[in-house]
Amino acid sequence: MNQWKNFTKGFIKENPVFILLLGLCPALGVTTSAINGLGMGLATTFVLVSSNIVVSLIKNFIPDKVRIPSFIVIIASFVTVVELTMEAYLPSLFNALGLFIPLIVVNCLVMGRAEAFASKKDTFSAIIDGLGMGLGFALALTMLGGLRELLGTYSLFGYKLLPNAGDGMLVFVLAPGAFIGMGYMIILFNYMKKKA
Amino acid sequence: MAKKESTFTSMVLTLVIITTIASFVLATVYNLTAEPIAKSRQAKRTNAIREVLPAFDSLRTSNYLPQTGEDSLEFNFAYQQEELVGIAISTYTKKGYSGEIRAMVGLQPDGTIIDVVALQHAETPGLGDKIEKGKSDWSNQFKGKNPENFNLSVKKDNGDVDAITAATITSRAYCDAISRAYNTYMEKISKQQNQEGEPVL
Repeated sequence: MNQWKNFTKGFIKENPVFILLLGLCPALGVTTSAINGLGMGLATTFVLVSSNIVVSLIKNFIPDKVRIPSFIVIIASFVTVVELTMEAYLPSLFNALGLFIPLIVVNCLVMGRAEAFASKKDTFSAIIDGLGMGLGFALALTMLGGLRELLGTYSLFGYKLLPNAGDGMLVFVLAPGAFIGMGYMIILFNYMKKKA
Repeated sequence: MAKKESTFTSMVLTLVIITTIASFVLATVYNLTAEPIAKSRQAKRTNAIREVLPAFDSLRTSNYLPQTGEDSLEFNFAYQQEELVGIAISTYTKKGYSGEIRAMVGLQPDGTIIDVVALQHAETPGLGDKIEKGKSDWSNQFKGKNPENFNLSVKKDNGDVDAITAATITSRAYCDAISRAYNTYMEKISKQQNQEGEPVL
C-alpha cells in the first residue's frame, strides 16, 4: 500500500469525524475553542499512534477471543500515561481538558483503528495510519473548535479579532452550536471528498 | 507466524501478561510524575492565596466546618512579622449551574473582602465562566466590600451584587460560596472573642 496515501487518507477522504463519524463524543464536547480542540486532537493522536504500534507488534500473540479486552487494556494504559504526564508538565492544558482525557479510552476511533487496521497490518503502516488518522482527528476538532470560537466569541485561539463587536453568537459556544457546526462541517467535507 | 489459538490457557495467560505489563508501566509513570503533579497543584493553590492577600511572610493552615454544607473549609492565616494581615479561605458551593465551584476568598481580619478568585468550576463557557478573573472583570465588584453592609446576593434577590447577564444561577452560586467563607470566619472569630477578648487565631 502506498504509504503517502495511507497517511493522507485521514485528512479528507476518510476524515474520522466528518466522514467516518467516529469519536463524536469528544468532537462535540471539547470543541468550545480552537485550542481545546487542538489539545484534545494531539492527545488522541499520541494515544492512537502508541496503541497502533503496540497492537500491531503483539497481534500474533493475542488469541482472537480476547483481543478486544487486550486492546482496551493497552489503550487505557496509554490514556492514563497521557493524563498523568499532562497534569505534571502542562497544567494549564490539563485544566481545560482534564475532564475529557479519560474519554479517549471510549473513543471508538482508537478502538476502531486498532481493530480494523493495526491488528492486520505491519507496524510501519500502523504508525502511519495512526499518525494520519490522529492528525485528521486533530484537524477536524481544531476546525470545529475554531468555527465555534469565531462565531461564539469573535476570537480565535484566545485572541479577540473584533474587540468592539460584543459577545458573539452565544449559541455556538453552547451544545446546540456544536451540532450545527458539525452539520455544516460534514457537508463541507463530503463536498471536498467528492471533488477530490 | 500464525495466529495463536483461543484456548482457555492461552487466553488467561495473555490477559495476565498484558495486565501485568500495563500495571508496571503505569506504576513507573505514576512515580515519575507524582512529584511534578504535587508541585503544580501546590503552586496553583499558593498562587491563588497570593492573589487574594497582601504581602505576607508565613502561613498557618487549619480547617473549619461551616454551618451549612458538609465539607470543611481551608483557612490560610497569613502573617507579616507575626501580625495577622489576612485570611485566604478556600471555599466551595454546590449550587453551580454545572457542578461544584471552588473559589479562594481573601478577607481582612475584620471581614472585609480583599479579592476573590475562582479555582475550579465547570460553568458554561462564554456565560458562567465570566466568574474567572481572566475572562471578565465581574468578580472585581467584591473587592473592598464588607458583607456586613454589602448584601451578598444578586439584585434579583434584593441583594447588592450585579449578576452576570444570562448567568444568574452561576452568580448566585458564587455569592453562596463567598458567604460561606465569610460566615464561617465571622462565627469563628466571635467565638474566639467571647473566650479571649480579642481574635487570636
